[in-house]
Amino acid sequence: MRRVQAEEEYERRGRLKIFLGYASGVGKSFRMLDEGRRRKDRGQDVVVGAIQSNSSPELDELLRKLEVIPLKSVDGQTRMDLDAILHRHPATCLVDGLAYDNPLGSPHAHRWQDVEQLLQAGISVITSINLQYVEERRDEAARIQGKRATVAVPESFLRTADEIEMVDAPAQYCIEQAAAGTVPVPLPELEQRLSQLREIALLLAADVVDHQLESYLDRSGVGQAFSTQERILVCMTPKANGRRMMQRACRARDRFHGELFVVHVGQSNLSADDQASLETNLQLARESGARVRLLEGGHDPINAIVQFAREHRVTQLYVGHSPSQGWFSRLKRTAVDRLIEAAEGMDVKLFPH
Amino acid sequence: MLSSSPTNGEPGGPPRGKLKIFLGYAAGVGKTFKMLQEAQERRRDGADVVVGYFEPHGRADTIAQLEGLEVVPRRILDYRDTTFEEMDAEAILARHPEVAVVDEFPHTNVPGSPRTKRWEDVLVLMDAGIDVYTTMNVQHLESLNDHIQEITGIRVRETVPDWVMQQATEVVMIDLTPRALLNRLERGAVYKPEKARQAKEHFFKESTLVALRELALRQTAYEVELRHGAAVAAPPPDLDHVPASPPNKANAETILVYLTPDPAAAALIRRAKRVADFFHAECWAVAVCDNLDNLAPADREALEKHLNFARNLHLETRLLEGTDPAQELIKFAHDRGVTQVYMSRPRNGKWSSLKAPSPFARDLVKQVVRLAHDLEITIVSTRQAAPNAS
Repeated sequence: MRRVQAEEEYERRGRLKIFLGYASGVGKSFRMLDEGRRRKDRGQDVVVGAIQSNSSPELDELLRKLEVIPLKSVDGQTRMDLDAILHRHPATCLVDGLAYDNPLGSPHAHRWQDVEQLLQAGISVITSINLQYVEERRDEAARIQGKRATVAVPESFLRTADEIEMVDAPAQYCIEQAAAGTVPVPLPELEQRLSQLREIALLLAADVVDHQLESYLDRSGVGQAFSTQERILVCMTPKANGRRMMQRACRARDRFHGELFVVHVGQSNLSADDQASLETNLQLARESGARVRLLEGGHDPINAIVQFAREHRVTQLYVGHSPSQGWFSRLKRTAVDRLIEAAEGMDVKLFPH
Repeated sequence: MLSSSPTNGEPGGPPRGKLKIFLGYAAGVGKTFKMLQEAQERRRDGADVVVGYFEPHGRADTIAQLEGLEVVPRRILDYRDTTFEEMDAEAILARHPEVAVVDEFPHTNVPGSPRTKRWEDVLVLMDAGIDVYTTMNVQHLESLNDHIQEITGIRVRETVPDWVMQQATEVVMIDLTPRALLNRLERGAVYKPEKARQAKEHFFKESTLVALRELALRQTAYEVELRHGAAVAAPPPDLDHVPASPPNKANAETILVYLTPDPAAAALIRRAKRVADFFHAECWAVAVCDNLDNLAPADREALEKHLNFARNLHLETRLLEGTDPAQELIKFAHDRGVTQVYMSRPRNGKWSSLKAPSPFARDLVKQVVRLAHDLEITIVSTRQAAPNAS
């Protein structure tokens, strides 16, 4: 019943599409208006709710083809005219500058809240935002740029979008478009900084897409676990050289911008020493920012590990390994042998201890 | 930061042309359109631009972008009683524009062409000082070939080695949401109806498109980082002992790939080279054999094929003489400062493909692990193709 209500609610709600960029001049506004123009050509009722002031001949030409609802002026400051748009009730409203803050005394403090209200009213919204205005990425962007955006949109709002599209261009292109003469930073350094923002924006878009892929795979029950990014799973034991494994795993995670999990399969009869070294290893794992899980399944730890790995679309398994000396054990199938056989489709990394 | 390649311009010759790749994840996302749009911009800015090769696919708005651009006629070739048209690199060299637009970078030329691959033609143009704009989809990148098969069920044959992609000055992601792409397909804007129907059953499934798109975004992020340096993440305050440091000499990596005649070697090479690239590591492919002539002819041929494949992907290769593979590998690894060894999953018999591995096959892995306490050993698995796809 609740699901039906949720679905009905979703059907009534407008659709949200976000163009994500990483710098002014990358062409977000153009892409947004161009999509509005194309929808209008196909017969949809499209209006422009808000547009940034820095215009260009190309933008002006697109704007001339679209109906614009003027911004509302309050004590010399402007905001999107929410009432006018709700009253006009188009199928689609174009809203530039999603991170904009409204003047004091407006119905909402932030423009993204205005957008939320439009969506609830069944109006679809196409909007645009730059990476540095995403709340959770603001500090990272500030470290690169040396200045912190004063307004921001929570990443959780971005993730409610039905579609997010990356507007990509080389940093050089943005610099040319934005007339870099006004920027007090040497060009090579500016290009490097913008490129770093660009990389983060691409990875953010990839994360959002990955989230969509996951829910898609869940919904459709596709038995297939695609590996679209590197996911590392460290199998931690008391005997493992935890420090080395975590150092290596963290390095791989950082190089691949991947995800890191650490699991330990619970055992009941650990000695006090083993318990202590296990605790040390798991503490290292927690400090590294890995997602740490304790797994049940003491009678078949390999199965527990492989099952967890499949559920989380793991691509690399890190396991400790104790090389035995005698000829007999060399011929015997060890736990690691069985793990290698069971972990079909994953790379297995062995760490001697 | 980019590795130099043997195709760098001759000393004293013209400065090498720049390569710009418009990267997508499927037909119809707008790569060619965007490429032509930028070519038009370059022309308006006064550059001498020609179209070296263009595949219209009957898309009207893309064809409209061609207006006013000079097109170099294609080379006509006959092969097995059929006429083929290929890009005429020699004609473009003679015409010598500043910028050449070349669609479909991964294309394989018909036999009888001067070069096997279109990307080889493009490298020739660049060596002559011509800038090139080109298009490709992420699924054609060599190091992702096994991943792509896992996702799509399709073994992509026309691949571009990663070192070739690294020759590009810029890689730009042409993004479009899968839903918008499927709408385009519905409207007949990508393929004619019959082909569109086929496409929807295979490549154009939504889950496939979403996965390919994510791969393309991540690959572009990697390409940006490769060219402009990583955004240095601030380490979490309590994590000084697990540094998120960028690569430098002190923590340089060297990767060794152990090759056998086993057919899994190709996937092993691709995987290890991809990891090596991400770690900015040297990568060696090594086989061990007491005497090549003692190998069965089929094994010998397979081994030589794998060594050759490794060289084509710009791995350094060595054939080590010896009867004890584990000993030879470890000795080589220690001499060369190897930090990681990549091996295939052990299989039965010598290199046969029976399901359960014999103790002897497992034993090589164990021997290497026992001898190499300071090395990281990676057992690479072959990835299974997606089911119910052709």
